[in-house]
Amino acid sequence: MTKNTSLFQKDLMLEAFKQSFVKLNPKIMFRNPVMFTVEIGTAIMFAVCLWTLAGETSQGSFAYNLTVFIILLLTLLFANFAEAIAEARGKAQADSLRKTREETPAKKITVKGNNSSHEVKIIPSSKLIKGDLFFCEAGDIIPTDGEIIEGLATIDESAITGESAPVIREAGGDKSSVTGGTKVLSDRITVQVTTEPGESFLDKMIALVEGASRQKTPNEIALTILLAGFTLVFIIVTVTLKPFADYANTPITIAAFISLFVCLIPTTIGGLLSAIGIAGMDRALRANVITKSGKAVETAGDIDVLLLDKTGTITIGNRKATHFYHADGVTEKAFMESCVLASLADETPEGKSIIDLAKEKGAKTKSNDSLLNDAKFIKFTAETRSSGIDLKNGIRIRKGAADTIRKNAEKAGHDYSSGIDKIVNGISANGGTPLVVSENEKVVGVIELQDIIKPGIQERFDRLRKMGIKTVMVTGDNPLTAKFIAEKAGVDDFIAEAKPEDKMNYIKKEQSAGRLVAMMGDGTNDAPALAQADVGVAMNSGTQAAKEAGNMVDLDNDPTKLIEIVEIGKQLLMTRGTLTTFSIANDVAKYFAIIPALFIVAIPALQGLNIMNLHSPESAILSAIIFNALIIPFLIPLALKGVAYKPIGASALLRRNLFIYGLGGVIVPFIGIKLIDLFVSVFI
Amino acid sequence: MNTEILGVILMYVMVIALAIPLGRYIGKIFNYENTWLDKIFNPLDKLFFKLSGIDPTVEMNWKQHLTALLTINAIWFIISMLVLTNMSWLPLNPDANPSMSGDLAFNTSVSFVTNTNLQHYSGESGLSYLGQLILMLWQFISAGTGIAICAVVFIAMKERTATTLGNFYSLFVRSCTRILLPIAFVVAIILVFNGSPMTFEGKDTMVTLQGDTVQVSRGPVAAFVAPKQIGTNGGGFYGPNSTHPLENPNYLTNIIETVSISLIPIAMVFAMGYVLRRRKLAWTIYGVMTLGFLLLVIPSIMNEMNGNPAIEKMGIAQSYGSMEGKEIRFGSAASAYWAIKTTCTSNGSVNAMHDSMTPLTGMFTMLGMMINSFYGGVGVGFLNFYIFIILAVFVSGLMVGRTPEFLGKKIEAKEMKIAMVIALLHPLLILAGTAISSFLYAGNPAEYAGWLANPGNHGFSEMLYEFSSSSANNGSGFEGLGDNTPFWNIACGIVMLLARYLPIIGPVAIAGILASKKYIPESNGTLKTDTSTFGLMVFAVIAIVAALSFFPALTLGPIAEYFSLY
Repeated sequence: MTKNTSLFQKDLMLEAFKQSFVKLNPKIMFRNPVMFTVEIGTAIMFAVCLWTLAGETSQGSFAYNLTVFIILLLTLLFANFAEAIAEARGKAQADSLRKTREETPAKKITVKGNNSSHEVKIIPSSKLIKGDLFFCEAGDIIPTDGEIIEGLATIDESAITGESAPVIREAGGDKSSVTGGTKVLSDRITVQVTTEPGESFLDKMIALVEGASRQKTPNEIALTILLAGFTLVFIIVTVTLKPFADYANTPITIAAFISLFVCLIPTTIGGLLSAIGIAGMDRALRANVITKSGKAVETAGDIDVLLLDKTGTITIGNRKATHFYHADGVTEKAFMESCVLASLADETPEGKSIIDLAKEKGAKTKSNDSLLNDAKFIKFTAETRSSGIDLKNGIRIRKGAADTIRKNAEKAGHDYSSGIDKIVNGISANGGTPLVVSENEKVVGVIELQDIIKPGIQERFDRLRKMGIKTVMVTGDNPLTAKFIAEKAGVDDFIAEAKPEDKMNYIKKEQSAGRLVAMMGDGTNDAPALAQADVGVAMNSGTQAAKEAGNMVDLDNDPTKLIEIVEIGKQLLMTRGTLTTFSIANDVAKYFAIIPALFIVAIPALQGLNIMNLHSPESAILSAIIFNALIIPFLIPLALKGVAYKPIGASALLRRNLFIYGLGGVIVPFIGIKLIDLFVSVFI
Repeated sequence: MNTEILGVILMYVMVIALAIPLGRYIGKIFNYENTWLDKIFNPLDKLFFKLSGIDPTVEMNWKQHLTALLTINAIWFIISMLVLTNMSWLPLNPDANPSMSGDLAFNTSVSFVTNTNLQHYSGESGLSYLGQLILMLWQFISAGTGIAICAVVFIAMKERTATTLGNFYSLFVRSCTRILLPIAFVVAIILVFNGSPMTFEGKDTMVTLQGDTVQVSRGPVAAFVAPKQIGTNGGGFYGPNSTHPLENPNYLTNIIETVSISLIPIAMVFAMGYVLRRRKLAWTIYGVMTLGFLLLVIPSIMNEMNGNPAIEKMGIAQSYGSMEGKEIRFGSAASAYWAIKTTCTSNGSVNAMHDSMTPLTGMFTMLGMMINSFYGGVGVGFLNFYIFIILAVFVSGLMVGRTPEFLGKKIEAKEMKIAMVIALLHPLLILAGTAISSFLYAGNPAEYAGWLANPGNHGFSEMLYEFSSSSANNGSGFEGLGDNTPFWNIACGIVMLLARYLPIIGPVAIAGILASKKYIPESNGTLKTDTSTFGLMVFAVIAIVAALSFFPALTLGPIAEYFSLY
């Protein structure tokens, strides 16, 4: 999938430009109280323009009024443009995902009659409805989302995830989901459709981004109340100014009243608010996460506890062989060869890692075929707790858990030396897993398997800790091993020998203490916990139940994604907060620009208040509203990208943002208005 | 250093030195911890509750608290109306003063109920001693109401989830008997020893230095003035308030009375620190309040000490600073200091005429009332500040990337709605009131000529000040305003009632709703509200929301007047 890195693409700009005018419709405008009042002001200015054109002289020149009208109209268009460009980007992103699943032929299976004979019909993917069955063979594009009910296949999911390595999906179990638009590389699967056309997660996401079904999140509502409150304060300030001015015999033009009002109300944040919200969901989508609601992204910023699966998140895949310990009287070379023989047929990652390590250490890994001919491979079972090989020459090599091998050795009358015991205990204490190897029941050495902690994961946990987030590792390991890995990786807590209900209980416990919990899961048995968690991220490869239960779906199936999601949530809230601060701080300069301009003609002594030394009352008012309008497009990139989150602790973050956006918000307009005034005064 | 300034510094140091231990004591009262006054007051409290049949152990939710508050206020309002309209024939009237007319009694009762104490009468000729006593009682009831409801908010702010917040009657009685009464007693004793009258006998006759025989009004002055000062009431025994030599005889009593103005308002902040065990938060709030107070008081003192440039142009020396409307026994610095203190705390007593202050000092007194939370009235000052904290928490909470929370409770749409309404109310009442009066005056200056003693900018200030004073429940007057007309009586009455009860109901509702929410423990990512950064944020919110809304109005009043002086 291509990721659009440029903020403004030509086609998006065109679409957004068109939408900025469409959104002038008062019915749409009404959703945003701040900008709606600006629209009313603009309409009044239009009437004033007509009035002056009809010969009225008390309101200043027609050109001046027209200029004010145009600037106010631009303010509205800029605000609409911000929302439209955010929508367009979100839609473009979603569309590029949707394109992968457009109109592919589906091989639909219909059961005929009672004799369960099948009829296969090729229909377009859009005709598939929930519950339909279809099958895919090597080379087919999967037409829509579904769950495998029969078979196993390797699938190329790069269209969705961008990851080129194929993945295995099979019926039953936790990896039974397939996504429309991905490609089957081998084998054949029968799939049941799980979603109605137009109701897939992606469709829901697109609807969220588009205006129609977008609902304001609780925080957005609270912020809108704050902004509406500010708007009301300034309505009071502006309206009462009329009798005050009458008392002081200072006529004030309608244009000046409306300019004062529009400058004081928080148009900057009012104009950018919905763009910020859309951009938040869009950023999640760019991270290949589909959110089911805007609220989920917001909640992610508040997360206190993160539940992470050990495998895949904290450690790389599975355990790896890291060391060979040979028993006394056995050469290292001979021991390694035994290990290699025992692992040749072992398809598990651990088995492969043994061969890799032996190769690395210079042992012969290509055994002569004669030895392996007719050799019998012994698979690992839960009962024997060991695996191995019976060679043609009668040699039996086994590798397995220490107690099993020991029992077998002692049964056969061999010594189980204290040296081996020591090695085994040493490995366990280090968080490793010992694999004892025997040849004809005689112990020849121990292989050490270790969990490999992902590089850089400690720093990520550090970062989370600084954000105030507690990390919890969930693992099936025994408490000792779990504790060791937890300490090494730097997580704050762990759940060892975890069963699905343990996760659930842990989440409930944290929630009852008032904390918000996020988790990631894929299996059906994760579903209750995913639903219980405040932010539940289901992997796209997971079962349908898991995906339904969570409030986000990660297309990359990447467990570390949770960390990114939290940061996206925080960014969203921070962008709102900083732009609100900036918008309100701007008022200081605007007051000093407009108030002297209003009264200076009637009370010349007030020249002392004109601290910016603006050219004339008209130029001061025009400069203030021009600044007010221009600041919106200037801040669109920031609104779309979001304010960068730095995990430096809440107090330091507040200091930093208050300094940049608060103090900056006070100073910038003084400079901006003065510069615009220098420019405007050339024309007046 | 100048002794006048030293006097001011001494007064400030005394306040803070007394407020810290007092705050601890008040905290203990709210926590029902043992104090040394228990021996006296435990039996007394028990007697009150036995007589009234109220069970002081019943736990109340925030709505029940507000009901109890309004009930107490309403009952005493009716009693005071009855006394004021019938006092001519009731006992304790040696000077044979007349009863009040219905509308004046209504105005006076509203004014004392709301802790405003605007006085459209002169105490020495308009009230019997029984009338003075009933108003003195109000100086306790309205102050006790403020302290008790503030205690309810403190209890609600504790780190837990709760719906019941103590018993209002119990907190109210404790506030009156254990906080207000002992302090008032001490202050009154000092006043008596410095010459304030304390008697129920009628007028005395004396021969002045000029040889004239004059009648001097007396009465229970010391007992009246003490609660007036400590309960941020401000209604004087005599018409001229604390400029009157029997109400504020000398510089020592002036120190005591000045210290009394902000003692409990500051102590309430430290009491919060004690109740919540958050001393650092208390110091942060105190710091913000003090920063605002200093920004108002320092330029005011400088302006008054520098004198009036208009008088200077006439070639008249002003070695004592601008002394117009001030008492020579207090001087310009102590008068300016009192003026800012009394307006910042919604006290409203005066020791100089605010009308005569230089224009910028006049503006700073108005700003004190417009902001109304730099210390503020007893209890209610903190409630006003609480609203600003909620607004600041909301914006700064977002800035650290979390949905906003204050003391472990999430702030959501409902609380924002209430906070915004309350934040809006004060500018609305002041600006709309002034707008209506300006509109009337501008439409027909001849008919309303009696309103304004000075035309132009100063006249505008007079109207703006009157509404600010009513809305801040301050009660001081700019004077020069003909305020005893139906318009001003009715308009100010409505403003006082709305501005008293809504800003009590709002914060209590917010605190009550927050208290019932789930408590979220603090983490590294939580916004800390007890830091100087957050303090700065609150200050900025106050400056931009409260102060800047009045900028256009102030420009047409004191600011224009100031620039015209030079």
